[in-house]
Amino acid sequence: MATDLTQQGLGRSRQPHSGLAGPGAPSARHGVRGGLARRGPAQSLEGGLGWFSIGLGAAAVAAPRLVCWLSGTRSPTLMRLVGARELVAGIGILTQRDRTPWMWSRVVGDTFDLAALSVAFTRGSRRGRAGFALAAVAGVAALDVLAAVRLTGSTTGRALPAVSGQTDIYLERSVTVSKSPEECYRFWRSFENLPRFMRSLESVRHLDERRSHWVARGPMAMRLEWISQITADRPGEEVAWRTLDDSGAAHAGSVRFEPAPAGRGTIVRVSLHYSPLGGALGAGLVRLLGHDPQSSIREDLRRFKQVMETGEIPTTHGQPTGRRSLLGRVTRQWGLTS
Amino acid sequence: MKANIWYGREQLRVENVPDPKILNPRDAIVRITSTAICGSDLHIYDGYIPGMLPGDILGHEFMGEVVEVGPEVKNLKVGDRVVNPFPISCGACFFCQQSLYSLCENSNPNAWLAEKLWGHSPAGLFGYSHLLGGYAGGQAQFARIPFADVGPVKVPEDLSDEQVLFLSDVFPTGYMAAEQCNIRPGDTVAVWGCGPVGLFAIKSARLLGAERVIAIDRFPARLRKASQWADAETLNYEQVDVAQALEVMTGGRGPDACIDAVGMEGHAHGVFGTYDRLKQALMLDTDRPTALRQAITACRNGGTVSVPGVYGGFLDKIPFGAIVNRALTVRSGQTHVQRYLKPLLELIQKGSIDPSFVTTHRLRLEDAPRGYRMFRDKQDSCIKVVLKPWADVPTVDADQVQESGRILH
Repeated sequence: MATDLTQQGLGRSRQPHSGLAGPGAPSARHGVRGGLARRGPAQSLEGGLGWFSIGLGAAAVAAPRLVCWLSGTRSPTLMRLVGARELVAGIGILTQRDRTPWMWSRVVGDTFDLAALSVAFTRGSRRGRAGFALAAVAGVAALDVLAAVRLTGSTTGRALPAVSGQTDIYLERSVTVSKSPEECYRFWRSFENLPRFMRSLESVRHLDERRSHWVARGPMAMRLEWISQITADRPGEEVAWRTLDDSGAAHAGSVRFEPAPAGRGTIVRVSLHYSPLGGALGAGLVRLLGHDPQSSIREDLRRFKQVMETGEIPTTHGQPTGRRSLLGRVTRQWGLTS
Repeated sequence: MKANIWYGREQLRVENVPDPKILNPRDAIVRITSTAICGSDLHIYDGYIPGMLPGDILGHEFMGEVVEVGPEVKNLKVGDRVVNPFPISCGACFFCQQSLYSLCENSNPNAWLAEKLWGHSPAGLFGYSHLLGGYAGGQAQFARIPFADVGPVKVPEDLSDEQVLFLSDVFPTGYMAAEQCNIRPGDTVAVWGCGPVGLFAIKSARLLGAERVIAIDRFPARLRKASQWADAETLNYEQVDVAQALEVMTGGRGPDACIDAVGMEGHAHGVFGTYDRLKQALMLDTDRPTALRQAITACRNGGTVSVPGVYGGFLDKIPFGAIVNRALTVRSGQTHVQRYLKPLLELIQKGSIDPSFVTTHRLRLEDAPRGYRMFRDKQDSCIKVVLKPWADVPTVDADQVQESGRILH
């Protein structure tokens, strides 16, 4: 699968897979790379089917009677529902990163349509048109099955950060903190401090000078442990580490502390390098960082800044409110608002 | 405690909720003695501010007595009488250190939400949507103040609540609007909107040395206040063509500075007015920038347009060509209240200004929903409503509160 599906924003994939290299390649440090995935010819079939869905859906919603007449069926209401279904599937295929379920939803829809048209063909009054429609749907259904199977077999249609083939993921985010590089370094280097601002970390314990034991909690009561070893340690400048065991959290990372110009504090740059494929090696980390790892790192860095500059993390958890609606409770539960 | 709670467009209820607690070491709790309804609260009331959730406590103009402080708050003690600024600011970040307090980088717990809408996040505010932090507001009997060692200012006992209450927002907001005009001797300043912010902008423009101030509104009572209080010339836009009148009044050149103290719910007649109302009603537009368009068009070449009025989203039909080709300066921002507290308090103490002038109605907290309606619809010439959270408790001014809950000024 020759697809160059890269992370959003600063994310960058590197090929070929060469095990977990040291922390961030300097070449990846500046500028925005990646962006929207390029879709190769393999995807044009899915794209075409997506647009077909939208076209058919729009027609069926806007002019159900006409489409009924053309296809030899009878119920405009049912035709409108079919149209709505087609629109949803089409939009899903064209806009969602993970197209696979949407493509399968088309296959399910085709099955339904074929059944309905068979009834119209065997019992209806306009059998000629129904037969023609039946043949057309069968043809489209074949293409849908082909596309769906192909998507399921590959990784390109899946949700990020599953990346095709043997690519690694390289993420970098930064924040500017109004403290000296030495102060930032010192706080970060005491790894016990990290759970104060890294939301998914439960504890970090120093084992010896170079090794530390990390415990993290993810969604659905997931628990992840690993041992990290420091690979570079330059006081006031950088800490880099990599995991030692294959606990499902295999990664290499670094944090660099660069003085911002004109005494404006410190630019703290975190980079993370992991391989989401290749077995269970990075899979746990993928789940831990969630569907948007860039944002997870950004939020952790924001909290680091808050702790460094203000000594606390601003919150509204525990303040009085009136009665919350279901929506209010749900957004809070999901951590969308605090 | 009792609090004024938002449940949707035009749906407010004063209900009992738990008292606030200290949540962080730099928090303080105040027992609120006076709290006001702000013109910007009306945008929430009318449902135009995104990111509100049913159950949010409203209010960002309040003062009171410190009843509890967190372990890291060293400059306040229990019993201090304080006025609280509406932005929440840490005092330590890049922006706070430059006195740009309403841009604090650390005080919005939902910064990522604001980033989605505006690119970057400003400071958290009290009672002003989850985009701006989701902090419980101050139209209540108590409030929790984060970063209490930075925000609240102590006020002397010899000044009444209403003389200092408006330091929390509208006075500094009007003052900053005028200050942004960079007023020089001989300057004429035109101010759209004679609500509290407009009135304070007018008065401040005078204090900062403007030669003439022209006040624009459609309510005679408000225009009267502007002329009585700050010796402003007045224009009623329902009676005259504002653009033409301004041109005539300024010798054909236009005002040196224009202040839009109206914001997103501007009123206008004619095609543009209908067009904006229609678009906003269909949710195709977030704001009705009537006053802003007029201010830009009227301003003299090379002049300043200062915008204390609140806009939220994406504005339509803004004559940006005028800004470019006529070299206008546009300045705006939520007020950096902390920057103005001490200097403006001194002006009050010196007697240069008595902010209590803008108050027209005093109500009990329970009457907040009525107060909002009154203020929004300008009933009874309403300009500013002050709420008394403890008015039904015999300790505070109980004898002054008449049965209707209103005291004539």
